[in-house]
Amino acid sequence: MHKQKCVAMLLAGGQGSRLGVLTQQIAKPAVPFGGKYRIIDFPLSNCYNSGIETVGVLTQYKHFALHNYIGIGSAWDLDRIHGGVYMLPPFVKEEGGEWYQGTADAICQNSNFIDRFNPEYVIILSGDHIYKMDYSLMLEFHQEKQADATIGVIEVPWDEASRFGIMSTDENDHVTQFDEKPIKPRSNKASMGIYIFNWPVLKKYLLEDEQDESSTHDFGHDIIPKMLSHKRNLVAYPFKGYWKDVGTVESLWQANMDLLDEESELDMYDANWRIYSSNPPRPPHYTAATAKVKSSIISEGCLVYGEVNNSVIFPDVYIGAGAVVKNSVIMAGVVIEDNVVINKAIVGRKAVVKRGATVSAPPQQHNKQAIVVVAANMIIPLDSTIGMSVSCRTNEELCGKEEDES
Amino acid sequence: MKDELMGLINLDEQTETLGDLSRLRPLAAVPFAGRYRLIDFVLSNMVNSKITNVGICIQNKYRSLMDHLRSGKDWDLARKRDGLFILPPAYTNNPMQIQRGDVENFYSNLDFISKSRQKYVVIAGPEMVTNLDYREALAFHKHTGADITMLYTKGKCNTHDCLGTNVVEMAANQQVISRHDSKPSSDYQDISMKTYIMEKELLIQLVKDCIARGDYDFIKHCIVKNINKYKIYAYHHQGYVARISSLQNYYKYSMDLLNPQIWKELFFKSGLIYTKVKDEPPAKYMIEADVSNALVATGCYIEGRVENSILFRGVKVHKGAYINNSIIMQKCEIGPGVILNNVICDKDVVITANKQLKGECNYPLVIKKGQVI
Repeated sequence: MHKQKCVAMLLAGGQGSRLGVLTQQIAKPAVPFGGKYRIIDFPLSNCYNSGIETVGVLTQYKHFALHNYIGIGSAWDLDRIHGGVYMLPPFVKEEGGEWYQGTADAICQNSNFIDRFNPEYVIILSGDHIYKMDYSLMLEFHQEKQADATIGVIEVPWDEASRFGIMSTDENDHVTQFDEKPIKPRSNKASMGIYIFNWPVLKKYLLEDEQDESSTHDFGHDIIPKMLSHKRNLVAYPFKGYWKDVGTVESLWQANMDLLDEESELDMYDANWRIYSSNPPRPPHYTAATAKVKSSIISEGCLVYGEVNNSVIFPDVYIGAGAVVKNSVIMAGVVIEDNVVINKAIVGRKAVVKRGATVSAPPQQHNKQAIVVVAANMIIPLDSTIGMSVSCRTNEELCGKEEDES
Repeated sequence: MKDELMGLINLDEQTETLGDLSRLRPLAAVPFAGRYRLIDFVLSNMVNSKITNVGICIQNKYRSLMDHLRSGKDWDLARKRDGLFILPPAYTNNPMQIQRGDVENFYSNLDFISKSRQKYVVIAGPEMVTNLDYREALAFHKHTGADITMLYTKGKCNTHDCLGTNVVEMAANQQVISRHDSKPSSDYQDISMKTYIMEKELLIQLVKDCIARGDYDFIKHCIVKNINKYKIYAYHHQGYVARISSLQNYYKYSMDLLNPQIWKELFFKSGLIYTKVKDEPPAKYMIEADVSNALVATGCYIEGRVENSILFRGVKVHKGAYINNSIIMQKCEIGPGVILNNVICDKDVVITANKQLKGECNYPLVIKKGQVI
């Protein structure tokens, strides 16, 4: 095997249970985002754009859609002769095998894979975040600081800091303390779940951690605190820019809405830092004379006859005349018939909303309104009103043909 | 595996067909329908007909075409067995020789044709924009026992696009009796699609015979001259066909795509149309956007008003701009307050603030590639 300076390990096994029906059939990193992408496109594209061309993708939960989507990595130009993308689900060994018990265990079980490339550094990424980041700058920083481990951090609003793993640092960016979801945060530098390790050092810690029965085998819970207690050189790499955890329905919806912002921090149109994805062979979308489209993004193959406001429309969506789609995310292949009203909803792939139906939650106090999630392949009947999330589990009678989401 | 048909795309063109749009590129590479180039249709039709062995006889000005096709991966033609073959023109072998016609190109690439494993060959050009399955025509070809099957469409031609258009005259059993130039008329005519199916061995024979006689034009000398010698049948392709042969009809057929029926048929009927992938993000409509009856490709950023128009990938329309009855190609930027009517902007054109440009509905104004106005 060709030696690689830095190998990326992308943790993509998350179930994403807080995304509810959106992850019933697919792993969280495969959840569609932003009119054409899936969440995992962001770390994969960042890898390619940062010059990291060896990426192990660790999968576990409902991995078929993810494996099928990534294939040999051609969409991200990661079908390389030396390196490229490798799918790494849990596997069976001579003495049995087991699921990945935690993030650190997942890497530990694949240490042979990493050793093949004899790298100096390993960068650990997660498939749960929307952001554009040049990992090569972080690697330079890591080398400059002669660190054993570098943790990507971002400053979050103080009142939200208790939701994150918080790093306290000295004036030289050295990590002095790490608190997982502290009640009283000492700092607002949140860990982004991005780590660069010197591979020999990490390997040693992983092997030790594997023997520790009290460990949860997690980077944040176990490995980082242990390295800190051993006074290893841990530094925090400050990242500035857009970064969003899309682990909940609310945050996924919000991240989609952020794209519509006139001064969106996440510039999808920058040709120097493209987010790559699979490209459906579809014609340009058609916006009819009856259509009114404002503050929205619309993908290929759509036919739009109705009104679309502040929404994200994936490929192959039909929006009939007199329909109004507001503040919503409409995934690929959805059919919205005439005179439908959809407000603040996420409509899953290939769902059909029949003529005259309304999909919108009743307004609550302080103008707050819940997000309605319509699961993939649901059929919303004629003139009905849907005020809360629906899926085959909760509304069997609305269940269309179940298809695989890959 | 049933793999009996190979494809040969003939890019020979006699005239400067589309004026400024085809001055620096072959007709095959002329952008069309918001994200494609003309060759995408014939190429995708072949791929959708399960043809995996495609040779493209290039003629000249082919840099942009090579850039577009590359390995053929986007059409699923980057293969170990068969795939996409770019066949250089005859004059590259013998630069001193005068270029006379496409048969010379076929002749200098006979190795490729005779080495191919398939029994039948379909020969087609990029000027017929349609969505069809060649296997249906092949079934007709076998059923009639024809030596050569030519495809035709029922269409009209007017003064703008009759030049170079041929009418097929048939007996009741679809056997071709004669072929002649069509005359402008408001009636439907049986117009040749310049698409032929025959056994590969017959093609080799026709080409060798032509060369031996000193002939050089494939249609005139290999096909028409042989109408009495071979059994030539005509297959009626019933679908929508755009015949791109002049700037006027390029413009007209482009505008046809604003009819969703035609849009659906051309892009979805017997298969999808593939093209070079660009990884553009979806189109973004800003709050001031006012778009009506338009095709909008990915990567567009719209703040202005767009009506009855086609925007290619990555077009930027600034506030207060008004684009009407126009075709705006890839990466153009239309400045604030600009008014365009019946205009075709080739790639990378920048129209600066408050300019007003106007063509006529039967004579669109073409702005050359990369111009800043």
